Amino acid sequence: MATMKNFETALKKLEETVEQLESGDLPLEQALKVFSTGVKQAEICRESLKDAELKVQQLLRQDDGSFQRDTFDDI
Amino acid sequence: MESAAAIPVSTLISHVQELVEDNFVEVLVLGELSNVSRPASGHYYFTLKDSLAQIRCAMFRSHARNLRFSPTTGMAVVCRGGLSVYPQRGDLQLVVRELEPEGIGSLQLAFEQLKQKLQSEGLFDQERKQPLPTYPTTVGVVTSATGAAIRDIINVLSRRAAGVNVLLRATSVQGDGAAAEIAQAIKEMNQDGSSDVLIVGRGGGSREDLWAFNEEIVARAVFASRIPVISAVGHETDFSIADFVADLRAPTPSAAAELVVKNRLDLERHLDQLILRLGDRMTAQLALLRSRLQGLEKRLRAPGDLIRILTLRFGQLEMRLKQAICGTLEHRRQHVNMLGRQLDGLSPAGVLARGYAIVRRRDSGAVIHASEEVEEGSAVTIHLARGELVATVTERVNEQE
Repeated sequence: MATMKNFETALKKLEETVEQLESGDLPLEQALKVFSTGVKQAEICRESLKDAELKVQQLLRQDDGSFQRDTFDDI
Repeated sequence: MESAAAIPVSTLISHVQELVEDNFVEVLVLGELSNVSRPASGHYYFTLKDSLAQIRCAMFRSHARNLRFSPTTGMAVVCRGGLSVYPQRGDLQLVVRELEPEGIGSLQLAFEQLKQKLQSEGLFDQERKQPLPTYPTTVGVVTSATGAAIRDIINVLSRRAAGVNVLLRATSVQGDGAAAEIAQAIKEMNQDGSSDVLIVGRGGGSREDLWAFNEEIVARAVFASRIPVISAVGHETDFSIADFVADLRAPTPSAAAELVVKNRLDLERHLDQLILRLGDRMTAQLALLRSRLQGLEKRLRAPGDLIRILTLRFGQLEMRLKQAICGTLEHRRQHVNMLGRQLDGLSPAGVLARGYAIVRRRDSGAVIHASEEVEEGSAVTIHLARGELVATVTERVNEQE
């Protein structure tokens, strides 16, 4: 979830930079600065979306009412 | 027991067949359709039932052709036909010649009644639906641990390599008590709270098999879930009560898994778009600047042009300079020639050539300008245009004052 938070923040920033670039006539130097911020955010987003191996667990209820997780591999 | 008195099975069935077919040539039977199937042959096979009993039925193509509606499971019907025995299986079956719908079937009626009730309570309202999480990391699944649904879901999610985890809460999904178990599982998944979205469902089956998902207790559990619920019950076409209550209905468990990662795929597309827009925008701005720069350069005149112009002007100047210098030299040369000619006239050689001579003292070599400069008897040298003479002064004639 932590990486997803990072992702959301980065995505929002990226959206903002794109809009900023698209909306105004920024002077070149500032445009380049905004652009490189955007590129950095895009990298963070890509990193968070990196594929990960699927993990399958099973939720089991204990007698005392608490929950326990077990790996699930019937396949 | 005397085996001699025994008859083969086929003889027995044949007797039964005779009995049945002779006595039930034409019957009218009221019941609910179930397990309706229609293979490529075009015959219909189904079970006709009520709450206490059921009978297998066949409606052959020649009669099925005349049907004006498609018989479907759950439909209450009146069948006209004759009883028969299917010898290969010893099954009693009703060979249906005519089929008419009769109101609606009791399960269907129950379904419609519950649907009506929950709808009026607002359980199906669009505004009560929760949006699916955009970035789910844990997908909770409430289904059978041994059914096709969980396998399908795991297959889709691992094929998509979507970086999500699956948390299964196994329940039975058909038979007595299944509905209560499903409802309990949904509740527990909410208590556990680690799932971002729940898939509740099972693979396809008969209407009876899917019935748990039409029960009120499941509907209420789905509605109460704080975690968004995707229903995934049976086949594409069957709608369950759970489907109506769920935040999103997926036609199949696989489709539910696709929906979960669809957001993620959309997100990846969105990200790609943003990156493209970012690049485009920068490229466009740079292109604009480049063309502005080119315009300015033109207006400024390119340094190359300037150099060309200067070179040209320089060349012209050089030529003029050369011409000027050469002209002067020529002039000088001519002047020098002329002076040379003048000088030639003045040179002693020239004078001598005209017949004059130079006389020097023999002893000192001094040029003699006047007769007094030599004594009588002294030797003098006479320079001629060609050669010299050595002479002795015999007489001096001094110039008169």
